[in-house]
Amino acid sequence: MADIVDVDVDADADADAGTGTGTGTGKACHNRFEAVRHYCLFAAMWTRAAWQYRASVALLAVGQFLSTGLDLAVIGVLFANVPRLADFDFAEVAFLYGTSSTSFALSNMLFGSMERIGERIRDGSLDVMLVRPVGLLVQVATDGFSPRRLGGLAQGIGVLGLAIARLDVAWNPGRALLVAVMVITGVGLFSAIWIAGAAFQFVVQQAAEAMNAVTYGGNFLTQYPMSLYGRHGMQTLTFIVPLAFLNWQPALYVLAKPDPLGLPTAFRFASPLVAGAGLVLAAGAWRTGLRHYRSTGS
Amino acid sequence: MTAHLATYLTVARCSARRYAGYRAATAAGAFTNTVFGIIRAYVLLQVWHQRPGLGGYDTAGVVTFVFLGQALITSMALFGGGIELPERIRSGAVAMDMARPVSFQTWWLADDAGRGAIQLLLRGVPPMAVAAALFDLRIPTAPGIWGLFVVSLVLGFLVSFGLRYLIALASFWLLDQRGLESAYSLCTVFFSGVAVPLTIMPGTLRGLAQVLPFAAMMAVPADVFLGSRTDLSVLTGLAFQAGWAAVLLATGRLLTARATRKLVIQGG
Repeated sequence: MADIVDVDVDADADADAGTGTGTGTGKACHNRFEAVRHYCLFAAMWTRAAWQYRASVALLAVGQFLSTGLDLAVIGVLFANVPRLADFDFAEVAFLYGTSSTSFALSNMLFGSMERIGERIRDGSLDVMLVRPVGLLVQVATDGFSPRRLGGLAQGIGVLGLAIARLDVAWNPGRALLVAVMVITGVGLFSAIWIAGAAFQFVVQQAAEAMNAVTYGGNFLTQYPMSLYGRHGMQTLTFIVPLAFLNWQPALYVLAKPDPLGLPTAFRFASPLVAGAGLVLAAGAWRTGLRHYRSTGS
Repeated sequence: MTAHLATYLTVARCSARRYAGYRAATAAGAFTNTVFGIIRAYVLLQVWHQRPGLGGYDTAGVVTFVFLGQALITSMALFGGGIELPERIRSGAVAMDMARPVSFQTWWLADDAGRGAIQLLLRGVPPMAVAAALFDLRIPTAPGIWGLFVVSLVLGFLVSFGLRYLIALASFWLLDQRGLESAYSLCTVFFSGVAVPLTIMPGTLRGLAQVLPFAAMMAVPADVFLGSRTDLSVLTGLAFQAGWAAVLLATGRLLTARATRKLVIQGG
């Protein structure tokens, strides 16, 4: 740990929230680059620490692979009883499952540790992080970073690959590109949720479990076709909690299916905008939360 | 035993008070259980609209089954946890527990029972109440069914404790019981019925699920509640639970004696 802090003593202490809040454009770019570099250093440090217990990391990765696979086993049980679910066949649902799980696993690896911030606030160790010359967001996001989360990622990517191979779709460059875009914007959206949830814990420190409803719940919900949640459900998930943009809207285009709500075609391609807006809002929430942070006991 | 009953009741009461203390966390957890219940209910309703009566449930029955599962997650510790013995074994504090003039196993049973009872109330009732407002549920009216449900819950809890206690005891030999804990939660999530009703699983899988102890923690009490078990099958269900509880608790008792003899604290 000491060596990393030593290396970064000269780093710009202005990167207070780790999101690059410098004044000039050049400085902002510099800070953003520094934040990424710090992120990699911290992630490497935690990985090195976890790697001291190799067998444990390997077993935990297998455990995560299996436990994320349980949701797929449930989908398998359902399809043993019915041929289609809300007019989606097994491969199509597996495609939704694969995109959602891949995005979720990646965001979980990048920002999932942020759910531990409530604990850090309660025991006062967040104060220690605040005096280090490294952005807080980077430190909280990498807190306990572990390669075990690759288990979940391998599972998501594996299912996505198998689903794509079995899909009955006329592939063209546009469709293929949209699959890549939806996975990446999915990471953006889920990351926004992790960051906003962590920001909320500045207000209610014991809310970590409520975050699960949106993070794990969001992942679970987007594994199935949205048409299953009824008209009101779909409207809510499009305009209020915009999880429909995570994979449902782009998937309608990829799978050449009509939108049950009859929304304009532009919605199929709006995911990057929604993810961008989500990240901006989450960053705002994070800064607000941090500004209102009072140390434990006060 | 009876002389110690007051002690065990006090332990259970203290444990319940401790778990009742974290109000925001309890509310947050109940909220998450409810959200998952709603999603699962929508998914299963889609299946049941195509196959009415599948697995012996009507639509109201399957929604009730889903929410009973969500309501029982924490009290039955379907995701594991609840028994704080492993940390005490690692730190050596377990020596204090062993020095007490009461049964070691029953002490932890009382501690876990207090936790289970308060969580049944705080984490079980809110999801059911929300579900009753949103969906058609099948709530029994006959007092007899409620009575059998309570018996089935108690037996299910004993099975849950029996299993988790064995895993916790493993710390005496393994020092890190986390691998066993994750194996436990994988099995309970899939085989207890909380992920999907066991009766709709394909043949062999269903057969397996119906003999493993995990069904005793959720599926059996839920079926008693729903009245899907009638006359004789209620009794076989309860006997299945009681059998597993007896086997697990007896094994726990045997291993406790072994562990006591092998324990060496802090290299002493």
